[in-house]
Amino acid sequence: MHTHHDDDHEDHVHPHSRPLTDPELRVKALEQVLVEKGLVDPAAMDALIETYETRVGPHNGARVVARAWTDREYRQRLLENGTAAIAELGYTGIQGEDMVVVENTETVHNVLVCTLCSCYPWPTLGLPPVWYKSAPYRSRVIIEPRRVLREFGLKIEDDVEVRVWDSTAELRYMVLPLRPPGTEHLSEDELAALVTRDSMIGVARIAPP
Amino acid sequence: MNGIHDLGGMEGFGPIAPEHNEPIFHAEWEKRVFGLFAPLSAAGTFCVDEFRHAIERMGAAGYLASSYYEHWLHAFETLTLEKDVLTAEELRTGQAAGGARRLTPALAAADVPAVVARGASARVDKAVEPKFKEGDMVVVKNINPPTHTRLPRYVRDKLGCIDRDHGVFVFPDSAAHGKGDKPQHCYSVYFSAQELWGSKASRNDSVYVDLWDDYLIPA
Repeated sequence: MHTHHDDDHEDHVHPHSRPLTDPELRVKALEQVLVEKGLVDPAAMDALIETYETRVGPHNGARVVARAWTDREYRQRLLENGTAAIAELGYTGIQGEDMVVVENTETVHNVLVCTLCSCYPWPTLGLPPVWYKSAPYRSRVIIEPRRVLREFGLKIEDDVEVRVWDSTAELRYMVLPLRPPGTEHLSEDELAALVTRDSMIGVARIAPP
Repeated sequence: MNGIHDLGGMEGFGPIAPEHNEPIFHAEWEKRVFGLFAPLSAAGTFCVDEFRHAIERMGAAGYLASSYYEHWLHAFETLTLEKDVLTAEELRTGQAAGGARRLTPALAAADVPAVVARGASARVDKAVEPKFKEGDMVVVKNINPPTHTRLPRYVRDKLGCIDRDHGVFVFPDSAAHGKGDKPQHCYSVYFSAQELWGSKASRNDSVYVDLWDDYLIPA
């Protein structure tokens, strides 16, 4: 069932991003005519929205990270062929067709960006947050990553190499964060619960439990 | 094109503002925009490179003043119009012109799980000789095409090193303009932060950019 027409008028659009014409009216007209012509099935749209609202998100990437922390061979496969290893856990498809996983270590810290648009690994991290898609992040993290990371509350020591990955092609990246100390006794499920979206983008560390 | 979308290294856009407990969508209309991408793509209305280029062509002031899903909406309107899928009148009124033939949607709801799980890889299963190998030093071409490119300005004319060969991929500069896939190798190319940003950048830091054969020359 799609009931979106009933509550469209109740949406609040941020005043600072309001364009000359109202996107609510424009998308309503666009959807209506595409459906009328038989080009788009509104139920397919509903199914897509529901998928990314409920099933696809950073909890998927957290499973990948927890497995890599607990299974040395899996970790090896993940770093050698990210796409195949992530698919082992069932995460495949749109905006994650070709995956590369980069590993944080004591000497290397990785952080992701798409300076040209907003490419992001959907199957493992879900849809990107607004700040990741915003001009301030895309413009700055590539030239002054340490300062940007500081603003996220992450101080990187001078002797640690910061690697910024700009996903300009169709490869999608994901950071394998450092496993926090004091987690040796935790199960894979408990570890997955510690893993945050921001740690897999590279703008946060994972705090010990 | 040297458009406003090519943001790497610029200043003046204000603070980065993470939102606490951010919702996946901020309004109902954003969901409807999001939900149109895969159906239009399945219908063959555009490829992803045409979609990106439509956003890049929207104009600098409008690009900065509008949100991510407004960019998408702009691309859908632009491409359905340019490809004669819809008329300006149809976009304005939401009413199909008289005598419109009712088609069968390319993407049915029942097919959504499979389409999401499969995606559409830009990898091309074709043997193409790579021009470079891991460890090769390369210089990025200084080109300024008025058309679509995935070559950011900040790496042009810079010295890099091939970190890894990702394999053969569709070349977006060609595909965005209906000129074929022109499949070629795409590499992760290493640049030192100082090569890109000068001596004030940290000596330890680096930037990795995915670049195709056609963007690179041997150093």
